[in-house]
Amino acid sequence: MALLTQIIRIILVLFGISTIAFFLIHLSGDPVLLMLPPEATQEEVEAFRRQMGFDRPLSEQYLHFLSQAVRGDFGNSLKFNQPSLEVVLERIPATLELTFYAILLSVLIAVPLGIYSAVNRNSLAENLVTVMVFLGQSMPIFWTGIMLMLLFGVKLQWLPVSGRGTWAHLIMPAFTLAVWVAPTTLRIVRSSMLEVLQQDYIRTARSKGLSEKVVIYKHALKNAAIPIITIIGFQIGKLLGGAVVTESVFAWPGVGQLVVKAIYTADYPLVQACVIVLALIVAAMNFTVDTMYRYLNPKIKSG
Amino acid sequence: MGNTGLETAAAPAVEIPQPTVPEWKRKYRKFVKNPIGIIGLAVVLAIVLISIAAPLLTRHDPIEVNLEKKLLPPVWQENGTWEHWLGTDDVGRDVWSRLIYGARISLSVGFFAVIISLTLGTAVGLLAGYFRGKTDFVISTVIDIMMAFPFILLALAVIAVLGPSLMNMILVLGFTDWTQYARLVRGEVISLREQEFVQAGYALGSQHWRIIWRHLLPNCLPSVIVLATLALARAILMESSLSFLGLGVSAPTPSWGYMMSTGRPYIATAWWLATLPGIAILLTVLGINLAGDRLRDMLDPKVD
Repeated sequence: MALLTQIIRIILVLFGISTIAFFLIHLSGDPVLLMLPPEATQEEVEAFRRQMGFDRPLSEQYLHFLSQAVRGDFGNSLKFNQPSLEVVLERIPATLELTFYAILLSVLIAVPLGIYSAVNRNSLAENLVTVMVFLGQSMPIFWTGIMLMLLFGVKLQWLPVSGRGTWAHLIMPAFTLAVWVAPTTLRIVRSSMLEVLQQDYIRTARSKGLSEKVVIYKHALKNAAIPIITIIGFQIGKLLGGAVVTESVFAWPGVGQLVVKAIYTADYPLVQACVIVLALIVAAMNFTVDTMYRYLNPKIKSG
Repeated sequence: MGNTGLETAAAPAVEIPQPTVPEWKRKYRKFVKNPIGIIGLAVVLAIVLISIAAPLLTRHDPIEVNLEKKLLPPVWQENGTWEHWLGTDDVGRDVWSRLIYGARISLSVGFFAVIISLTLGTAVGLLAGYFRGKTDFVISTVIDIMMAFPFILLALAVIAVLGPSLMNMILVLGFTDWTQYARLVRGEVISLREQEFVQAGYALGSQHWRIIWRHLLPNCLPSVIVLATLALARAILMESSLSFLGLGVSAPTPSWGYMMSTGRPYIATAWWLATLPGIAILLTVLGINLAGDRLRDMLDPKVD
């Protein structure tokens, strides 16, 4: 039953995403004026209107858009002159690569630090970790990127400042995104470890004479894992949003950079395709995490 | 009666240590005891004051172009002058002046966006949590849809269509960030509904709006306020990101994000252009986050 509700909901979410993407371009009134340069003649405007189907009633356009979207057809990109979806899919691997390594890096930063600060409470190190969390949460993501660029790209000249290709290109953008999401993960790791460490079975494990290492990594971490995995999953959405900015800073050729460029060039079919594809990925991730959470945590199965 | 329900529920049989000290005073002391929260608050207040007093703190017009004085370094570097103590940008505008006027943009966008999203989200959350059933299903689905969009992407797309302006920025941030409040309030209301003081309201025949207004809303407010401080920080970051991408407040108006995007091409030669506005954002957001975090601890009965 819970699964059925979930499936109905994800279908509604998909429907809502496409609806928002459709009405987005009608927000300003006339989408034609939005897409054509201001110096276009009256005839050009009318010809474009007919070509794009904007002369038909809105309801008809909407149904047409939905039926095309279901088949993965979002119309041709105005700039690339090829199906928008194709253009987006070409850029997806770059974005996924960046997101993947950003998550990996953020976990590598957050999990050990979170555990350490939960185990060594009230130490100097714990306070340092807290300061890092606050700083990380308060830095504008593009500023982090620019500062890294300034230091490692311009001053030290260790890393290339833009583009994609080698490992060296990946480091700064991935690290920028990791710094952005790591504080949240770190907080969750810390608080769930603190909670688990107070449990009776931890005391039992300690009293059995198990080493502190085994207690922390085998007993405590395993039990603290659910919230940690959940938050990592939910951060995919945040990361894809952050990728929009980060990719623009580092000229990383992914969907984020593509959507910003598409907005600049008023290539709205492409904007729609980008928005829908990114939202789809996030919705799918949220759905997976939700399901996994239900599966892993017997307590909420009834809910 | 509205508040007593939660307090008795939250405080177990343990004796309250100083029964003569009023509730607000204990919370106040809890806040003051930790200097971090006060420092955060002081930083935020200082920035608010600076932005209000901006005309008194600089002699330079933030949008006045002076091509003869472009790219002057800050005072502590070679060729720096006290005349432009934080230097000038690529068209000779005074950086300090633009920074303190820029605070007005960031703070007012953040403030008004939060007012909109807080009101909308709280109202929607109250309705969903109180009426459950179909209302709840519809609202929760809408929240799911909104949350599937990376926040910045939605804001970006809407601004691109509506055109960049201060008003549009506030509206977009306000109408995209309400979901968090709705989720939070919905959850709280669902658990509050079952508590005795609310049930008593039903038994006495109170009307729906009265129960919502008098009993449910006041009990949700502490968590809503905490969320609002963190949302304020997020809105300021978001405004700077949108302005950085060139979709913020229109061109000559000083905005921190926009200053950084115009400063970025000069990072090799004029580092201060992209660096200083970032520090301004960092300080503001950090101050808000620190104060907000202490506020949460203060309002949370579980933390001593």
